[in-house]
Amino acid sequence: MLAAILVMAGIAVVLGAVLGFAALKYKVEGDPMVEKIDAILPQTQCGQCGYPGCRPYAEAIAKGEADINQCPPGGEEGVKKLAELLGVEPKPLDETHGVTKPKSVAFIDENLCIGCTLCIQACPVDAILGAAKQMHTVIASECTGCELCVAPCPVDCISMVPLKEDLASWKWKYPVFELKQVA
Amino acid sequence: MELHRFPGGIHPEEHKKESSSRPIHAAFVPKKLVVPMRQHIGQPAKPIVRVGDHVLKGQMIAEADGYVSVALHAPSSGIVTEIGLASVPHPSGLPDLCITIATDGRDEWCERTPVDWRNTDPAALRGHVRDFGIAGLGGAVFPTSIKLDPAGGPAIHTLILNGGECEPWITCDDRLMRERAEDILEGARIMQHLIGAEKLIAGIEDNKPEAIAAMRTAAQKIGVAIKVIAMPTIYPGGGGKQITKTLTGLDTPSGGRTTDVGVQVFNVGTSYALSRALNHGEPLVSRIVTVTGHVLRPQNYEVLIGTPMSELLLHAGEREGLTGIIMGGPMMGFDVPAMDVPVVKASNCVLAKSKELFPPRPPEMPCIRCTQCVPVCPAELQPQQLYWFARAKDLGRAQEYHLFDCIECGCCSYVCPSHIPLVDYYRFAKSEIWAREKEKRLADTARERHEFRLFRLEREKKEKAERLAAKAATKKAEAPVLSKEEQDAKKKLIQEALARAQARKATVTPKNTDNLPPEKQAEIAEIEARRAKIREIANQPVEPEKP
Repeated sequence: MLAAILVMAGIAVVLGAVLGFAALKYKVEGDPMVEKIDAILPQTQCGQCGYPGCRPYAEAIAKGEADINQCPPGGEEGVKKLAELLGVEPKPLDETHGVTKPKSVAFIDENLCIGCTLCIQACPVDAILGAAKQMHTVIASECTGCELCVAPCPVDCISMVPLKEDLASWKWKYPVFELKQVA
Repeated sequence: MELHRFPGGIHPEEHKKESSSRPIHAAFVPKKLVVPMRQHIGQPAKPIVRVGDHVLKGQMIAEADGYVSVALHAPSSGIVTEIGLASVPHPSGLPDLCITIATDGRDEWCERTPVDWRNTDPAALRGHVRDFGIAGLGGAVFPTSIKLDPAGGPAIHTLILNGGECEPWITCDDRLMRERAEDILEGARIMQHLIGAEKLIAGIEDNKPEAIAAMRTAAQKIGVAIKVIAMPTIYPGGGGKQITKTLTGLDTPSGGRTTDVGVQVFNVGTSYALSRALNHGEPLVSRIVTVTGHVLRPQNYEVLIGTPMSELLLHAGEREGLTGIIMGGPMMGFDVPAMDVPVVKASNCVLAKSKELFPPRPPEMPCIRCTQCVPVCPAELQPQQLYWFARAKDLGRAQEYHLFDCIECGCCSYVCPSHIPLVDYYRFAKSEIWAREKEKRLADTARERHEFRLFRLEREKKEKAERLAAKAATKKAEAPVLSKEEQDAKKKLIQEALARAQARKATVTPKNTDNLPPEKQAEIAEIEARRAKIREIANQPVEPEKP
């Protein structure tokens, strides 16, 4: 009887040590779920979800504090992907956080710009170039279209210009054929 | 030589006789030439002329912009009238940047300097090839200079001259080989010189016996060691991977190129253009175009790049009942958005459509899973599965089924009894995948930039705090150290100064109280008395209140 108890206790101690060692040796840095969610989010960094950037929102989703339908730039498709990842039912986008808009980039009217640097401070991806009392301009290729620079501008010289389709960005369309009424 | 059979393929009606019997019509100069900047794969060329400039034929008007790019040249002499958006032959119908030249009709060449390619450094020679505007004329228009660079890839043992020309209707390579075989072979010599391939093979489908004979005669005449092979006529036998299989028996791995198995393939037109450029100093300003289909005189034309297709049709005799133009063949070509789009480097054929020749495609019916598309697929794919996934927008699964091995040859659509435009679905899926990959790259950049910004703000905050602390420390350190007596003396001085100031204040009486009426004086006195009383109360120690 005693031998059995000792053997079982011994096994428990050994296994416990192995598990403890494995936990230290193969420790995962950070929350892998946050990384996966963050990879799906569009990285616009617009804050429309109510969090200061995509990563904080990803963290909030991972903790279960935020819902998956608060990201307008990600759109319905983003919600669907998040739902798939998290194994929950997809739901329509929460319109209180805004609606999905066509992708645009900010444009500064350089005739009006007074060089106040407020937009530069607002830009989450450092896509505005300029200095105090110097002309500012948007680096269009880096602009995520978050619109955060529009509100701070004291002279309203920033507008959002929707991206136009050109030969470089053109895509083959989903095949459709015309339906003709025969009778 | 033993020939091999590539999988799949079909035998569509050839329609080659219409245009192959007449010789190549010499180039004519239209009134206006529209040269698009994006004629090749890669970065569009960058204009280097201005509106109003007079240009000579062959003068460079746009330079290569980056490694994957080629230059463009004025196809005829004249004046640059516009640099801006114009309609181009592209399935989207979107306009693109073009240089428009009003020709002067003199067709005056600039100075043509041949290159001594045998004694030129290979890298410099490839630079010449790029600056002569040479790109693949078989249809893909990939910059030839890159394909001629053997570095970085596996060694090339076989160079194939592609005279397959498997698409119905098209005969431009056929006529070129019949009439200008020597220049084609001279071009092949240069290619072999640059790539260092041991074997040189020309593959020509056996429906072009005259071309095969002409190439063999020319090879003997100028002494090029080349095997001219007659291949069976099967569409798409002229595809790069297919011709490689037919002539060498080598299979290109999935997702790879023919260079992975040591074979490089060039179209005969490219070889011809290369020879004209390096041996004669003529940049790529014209190409052979088959004008056929619903026209009075189907024929091959030497056409200046930038010639409007409508003008070409006038030359070939426009007919009643024209319903549109296909650029390329009926299998892989596309409808051009307007009749006046220019001929570009990729235009091997201008195919005039009529209702009789090209009846509208019957409506798409549901897929019945008959799998007739499977045995004809030259890439050994499962077109019906790919269709399923592309239709459901299940792009991941489509990629798992090797969507990107599809060469868009159209064999599956050709045999489909339900008339499903299968290739359209694959093209949609491919471009959707590319677009998503691009979006992903942009998102990754944005994430990186955002994270760097947060890091930068934190760093700036820290640096500012450190700077302030350092400043305060230096100020303290720089202050002179005083002894006890010195400090006392200083304190004493301060005390004395304070006492002096108070004494002066006491002696000074406000001057604005002179000459006041007595009642005002009384009021002031009363207020002063009240103040004195308050001061007295304030000075009294506070006694705790008794209950």
